[in-house]
Parts: sequence; C-alpha cells; structure tokens
Amino acid sequence: MRKAVTGLRAWLVQRISAVYMLLFILLLLFHFFLDPPHAYLAWHGWMKNPGVSVATFVFFSALLLHAWVGVRDVVMDYVHPLALRVSALVLLGFSLMAIAAWVVRILLTEYG
Amino acid sequence: MCIGDMAKSKKRRPVFFNLAQIQMPVGALTSITHRVTGILLALGIPFSVYLLDLSLQGPQGYAQVIAWFDKFAFRVAAIVLVWALAHHLLAGIRHLLGDIDIGSELPAARRSAWIVNLGGVAVALLAAGVLL
Repeated sequence: MRKAVTGLRAWLVQRISAVYMLLFILLLLFHFFLDPPHAYLAWHGWMKNPGVSVATFVFFSALLLHAWVGVRDVVMDYVHPLALRVSALVLLGFSLMAIAAWVVRILLTEYG
Repeated sequence: MCIGDMAKSKKRRPVFFNLAQIQMPVGALTSITHRVTGILLALGIPFSVYLLDLSLQGPQGYAQVIAWFDKFAFRVAAIVLVWALAHHLLAGIRHLLGDIDIGSELPAARRSAWIVNLGGVAVALLAAGVLL
C-alpha cells in the first residue's frame, strides 16, 4: 500500500473529511425536513442538480477516504499475521475503489 | 503503531483481557463504541449506495426503495444504523473538541462521554419512534 495516507496526514484527512461530512449531513437533514421529496421526479430532479451532484461526489470521496483510514486502523490493531493483514488491506482498498466507481457511475448516469 | 509492534519494541507487559473484570470507565465505552459504530457504518456503505442507485433508476426503483421501508427487519437495521451514525458523529465532535483542548479535564471528559453515549441512544429512540 502506498504511504500517502499515514501518520499526521491520515489524522488530518480523518478530521477534514469528518467536518465536511458533518456539514453535508446537517444540510441534508435541514433540506429534507423543510422540503421532503414526495415522489420520484422531485427526488431525481434534486439529485441531478449540479450543485447537489458535486456536493454528493465530494461527500462520498470524504466518506471513502474516512473509511479507508478508520478501517485500516482497526485492521492494523487486530490483524497481525503479515499475509492476512496485507490481504485484508488490499481487499479493503479494492472494495472502496469499487464503491467509488459505482458512485461516479450513479452520479453521471442520465436516468429516465 | 499497532499494539503488537509496541509489545515487541518494549519489554513484555502483562496482558489482562478478562472483559468481565476489566474496569470500563464511561470514556472507554464511548471510545470502543466509536470504533464499533465506525465498522458498522463502513459495512453499511455498499447497502446505502445500492439504495441510492435504485432510487434514481426510475419511478419503479424509487417505489422499490420505499417498499423496503415497509419491511420490519429493514426498519430495525435502519434504526441500528441511525444509532451508529449518531454515536459516531457525536463521539467525533467530542474528538474534534478534544483536539483544540476543549473538555480535556477529567470531569468534563466524563460528562461529554455520557452526553455522547446517551445522545446516540436518544437519536436512535427518535428514529424508532418515527419508523416503528
């Protein structure tokens, strides 16, 4: 695994991503409290709004980075045999990248 | 650094993992639950992305997602995830405040740990009230 997100940088990534997600979730709750989508068209229209799409993309980027740092810490604490640890981290990394690709596809697809 | 490395780099330390006898102060409970809820939320990511995908695929997919919420087991799972998110968020805010040295004194740290633990449960009860 590359060492890009370790030590102080991981600590920072965890906090910056956390603050962004906190603000995003609060805005989302506020929005849906004031104006819940009552049907598909309203929901779809809202999600396809460029501002919402971009904010959602940033949210998932933050979420997946946050999950990488967090779950990696747990793996390193509890999985000690090297082969098992590397396998777990590789599996985690690929899973998160697959989910990232999935999210990009969802946000870019023009649904009917 | 992981616990295994620390044990190797320093002298052997006594290990005592009898959970029934370990003292678990309220802050320790907040901390371990922060970790457990993090894992729960990470496991919830693919399911949430799946629901997002389905909900945007057309009126039929949207209706399917709404129909999921009619299932009792799904509602229970949703409430557990809401609790996990609430606890993880509150514990995270407590961490961020700790980073800037707010609430580091023991009495304040104990108080905020109680607030986090009970706050998470309170939000879960609220969600249960709405969903059940």
